[in-house]
Amino acid sequence: MRITDFDLYKELLAQKSGLVITPDKSYLLDSRLTPVAKKWGYASLEAMTMALRGVPDRKLVQDVVEAMTTNETSFFRDTKPFDIFKDVVMKHMLDARQGQKSLKIWCAACSSGQEPYSLAMLLKEMGAQLNGWRIDILATDLSEDILDQAKRGIYSQFEVQRGMPIQMLVKYFKQDSERWLLNDDIKRMVRFQPLNLLEPMTSLGRFDIVFCRNVLIYFNEDNKRKVLKGISERLESDGFLFMGGAETVLGITDAFKPMQGQRGLYITKGGKHDVLGAAE
Amino acid sequence: MKSCLVVDDSRVVRKVARRIAEDLGFTCEEAEDGQKAYEACADNMPDVILLDWNMPVMTGIEFLERLREMPDGNIPKVIFCTTENDMEHIQRALQTGADEYIMKPFDGEIIGNKFLQIGLIEPEQLNQG
Repeated sequence: MRITDFDLYKELLAQKSGLVITPDKSYLLDSRLTPVAKKWGYASLEAMTMALRGVPDRKLVQDVVEAMTTNETSFFRDTKPFDIFKDVVMKHMLDARQGQKSLKIWCAACSSGQEPYSLAMLLKEMGAQLNGWRIDILATDLSEDILDQAKRGIYSQFEVQRGMPIQMLVKYFKQDSERWLLNDDIKRMVRFQPLNLLEPMTSLGRFDIVFCRNVLIYFNEDNKRKVLKGISERLESDGFLFMGGAETVLGITDAFKPMQGQRGLYITKGGKHDVLGAAE
Repeated sequence: MKSCLVVDDSRVVRKVARRIAEDLGFTCEEAEDGQKAYEACADNMPDVILLDWNMPVMTGIEFLERLREMPDGNIPKVIFCTTENDMEHIQRALQTGADEYIMKPFDGEIIGNKFLQIGLIEPEQLNQG
């Protein structure tokens, strides 16, 4: 890809989604945007790039942004965060929310739904402990196409094998030849809504637990700060934030502090979790 | 070092699975049917068994039934690796004592994740491969 073309996409993505793309990732532009060019009937990626220089179709711009921001995901991705969710976070919440019996969770970049559905299955597994609780799982993503896919809850054999224990598959899915359909009772636990993380979040309400994993790695420093500030304002004072294993708040914001020994788990600056051992 | 027994009548599949398990830090033995696998286990009980379903002489499910009756036969984690991809086969495998189930085709990531889930490896070992 030519440097000038690269710069066009770099600016477009930064402006529309906050995604930062560096020259060493330019191969991603080729591999992900060639199918978009084909879909829109352009002879080549170069031809589509030309069109984007003029007065581009708003929907084409949206398709480009979605193609570049749709990321890898799987059920119970990385395994460990879900253990921490169950053993540390839910342990706290079962106690702290015993009075109101209500829990609000937000998956901030849910992609095709594997993360919120994994949480829904885990909560279902907790059974009687959560009897009578009102549990709200909000799942948002920039891409409306991917949200439609998420809502359907239909996955390939390959997708259901990546990360999901076989007992969960047997329990919560039905088979339709090569496809696996998530049961309605799990699907009903999650509500999906389009959201650009760079836009105001106040209308979302407040949450006890936020998952924002492997999203901010694509953002520049200013946008990272902006998103983390927004999330910190949405989080209850004893709330929890999950970030990706390779991500950090260090040097970006002091709104969160990491929990010692719990990789990827953060609490708010004023959060009171003395017993759980937060790092100062 | 933990040990893995790869049971499959296809030499190619055994080779691929062996490579994946070795990359995850396991020593590997191979068996081409359930009977050979049974003999290998009588000799030396592995930590994990990657098990095909359809094989000549003795099938994977027959082998699993016998394995679980052997002394120390509950020690190995058993992961089916088979083209049988319907709910009936999966449920029968679990009832017979399988720990996990992989529907072919598989890759290193799927096997690695299953190893992680059933506690055979730590997350750090996944990323080395």
